Amino acid sequence: MESATETSPLVRLRHISKHFGEGETRVDALRDVSLDVCPGEIVALLGPSGSGKTTLLNVIGCIINPSTGSMELDGERVVDNGRWLRSNLRQLRLDKIGFIFQFHNLIPFLDATENVALVLQLAGADAVSARRRAIELLDYLEVGHRKASMPAKLSGGEAQRVAIARALANRPRIILADEPTAALDSKRAGIVMDLLRKVAVEQDAAIIAVTHDEKIFDRFDRIFSLRDGMLDDVDIDTEPGEAV
Amino acid sequence: MNLAYRDIRHNLGRFLLTCVGLGLLLGVVLAMIGIYRGLVVDALTIARAPAADLWVVEANTRGPFAEASRIPGEMRDAIARIAGVAEAGSLTYQTVETVFRGSKLRLFVIGYKLAYPGGPLEIAEGRGLARNHFEMVADQSTGLVRGDRVQLGRNTFEVVGLTRHQVNSGGDPAVYISLPDAQKLQFDLAPPAARVQIARGTGNTGTNTVNAVVARLQANVSPDSVAETVRRWKHFSAITQDGQEAILLRSLVDRARRQIGLFTSLLLVVSAVIIALIIYTMTMEKLKQIATLKLIGAPDRTIIAMIVQQALALGLIGFAIGAMLILNIKDFFPRRVVLEPDNVVILGAIVFVVCLVSSGLGVRAALKIDPATALGG
Repeated sequence: MESATETSPLVRLRHISKHFGEGETRVDALRDVSLDVCPGEIVALLGPSGSGKTTLLNVIGCIINPSTGSMELDGERVVDNGRWLRSNLRQLRLDKIGFIFQFHNLIPFLDATENVALVLQLAGADAVSARRRAIELLDYLEVGHRKASMPAKLSGGEAQRVAIARALANRPRIILADEPTAALDSKRAGIVMDLLRKVAVEQDAAIIAVTHDEKIFDRFDRIFSLRDGMLDDVDIDTEPGEAV
Repeated sequence: MNLAYRDIRHNLGRFLLTCVGLGLLLGVVLAMIGIYRGLVVDALTIARAPAADLWVVEANTRGPFAEASRIPGEMRDAIARIAGVAEAGSLTYQTVETVFRGSKLRLFVIGYKLAYPGGPLEIAEGRGLARNHFEMVADQSTGLVRGDRVQLGRNTFEVVGLTRHQVNSGGDPAVYISLPDAQKLQFDLAPPAARVQIARGTGNTGTNTVNAVVARLQANVSPDSVAETVRRWKHFSAITQDGQEAILLRSLVDRARRQIGLFTSLLLVVSAVIIALIIYTMTMEKLKQIATLKLIGAPDRTIIAMIVQQALALGLIGFAIGAMLILNIKDFFPRRVVLEPDNVVILGAIVFVVCLVSSGLGVRAALKIDPATALGG
């Protein structure tokens, strides 16, 4: 599905397919998926278990390569006909992509500030500036008062905000979120979605989220459903449960 | 940012407990090495005590420590007259078990001719033997003190001096008495047996027998050349000091050395397996975190460094605990535990290598982790 927008898309997928195994054991996880996500957009991926949502997230996150198709991230062509055009994919992820996980996946032996600063230091920042930027981000996400807390001491909402701060640390323009509100109640889920909206608008980022959380469907600009590896656009005004 | 340090700090109690466990194991390894070294030092101490260059013993024997040896006592004078010999002394060695203050006391009794080579090199307390009868210089490890009186055979000896670290290869503390007293103790028959021998006409054959004669040579005289001269007499064997020490190490403590060496090797293997398992378990507990690190862009070297640094910290702290433990309790062992700095350094290096190799299992597991496992699906 191609978005009709004049802005250059941050994520551009063309005819992406991915299969696992061969012969009788072959499973087609993605079939001819095309998608554009522009700066400032928040896009949801829906679908039942096994529909290919996580596979698509893995492809966009440069974790697995597609079998066929091409992909551009932030204007750089990274996959062509199912082959990587970049060798250092970790560096690519570090530079261009931020990840937000269902259960925040904070490193339990690092405090909130260190969790955020780690990503900056991996990208080459020195310890002092990394720490300064980490605290700024925590303040920006209104969790600065818990900067010295270990993840185990944070509430679900606080931990997810620290995780968002970590995802934003290197100012990526593409943010991939895997069930970002699944572990949160309605109120905290709403706060997290507000933050993601703020990030998308203020940092001109594209956010792609896999979600099953019906209470936040109205927070997305576009919703796509995946069924048997095929991507369908969902009318934002229809009840998503009916469309999926 | 040092991830290994932060992970250790986060689980400090558990990490230190693991280090203590490993430290106890490495302490046992160090103790085994120390016991072996103590065995060697003890065996050599007695052989080195006379400060001799040459040992003359019974022909075709490797006495007096590895095999029994008996030679006439008057041979001392003959040996002393050989060209190149500065002085010579007669020695007897025997193990005696006696009772002192109600307790069993095993002693390695060394008899030597006063004013000749063979006596204790150093007196730690009191004085050396001054009289030819009924005086004794004992090692401190006997538990005896100056003035104690000990029954040996039919005679009572007074402790006049104390030595330090003079024990035989079996661990029995040495005591020094005069040669005549030692000969009586070793060769005199009990009165009823003596009377029987006299009645048979075989009594009173004389007791001037010794186990060895030691010789100190003049400067620039080769022990081998003097030994060759003695060997020409056919009824004696001559062993240089180096030869005597080699016999001691090969014959007396070789089996113990191999036994302890094998046991120590097994302990090192066990330590390596335990370190590998600990590191592997620590890595497996962090699978999700390692996957997350990979996903957010951490290079392999960051993850490898974390695992290897933890393995080395575990080994280093465990080794330090083990070394401190053994250095503090080694004097309470019944046998001497001798730990030289080179033993500690070598074992430290082995532990370092073991940690590096053991961490390979954890590193391999970490490198195989798919970053995709950080995402649900």
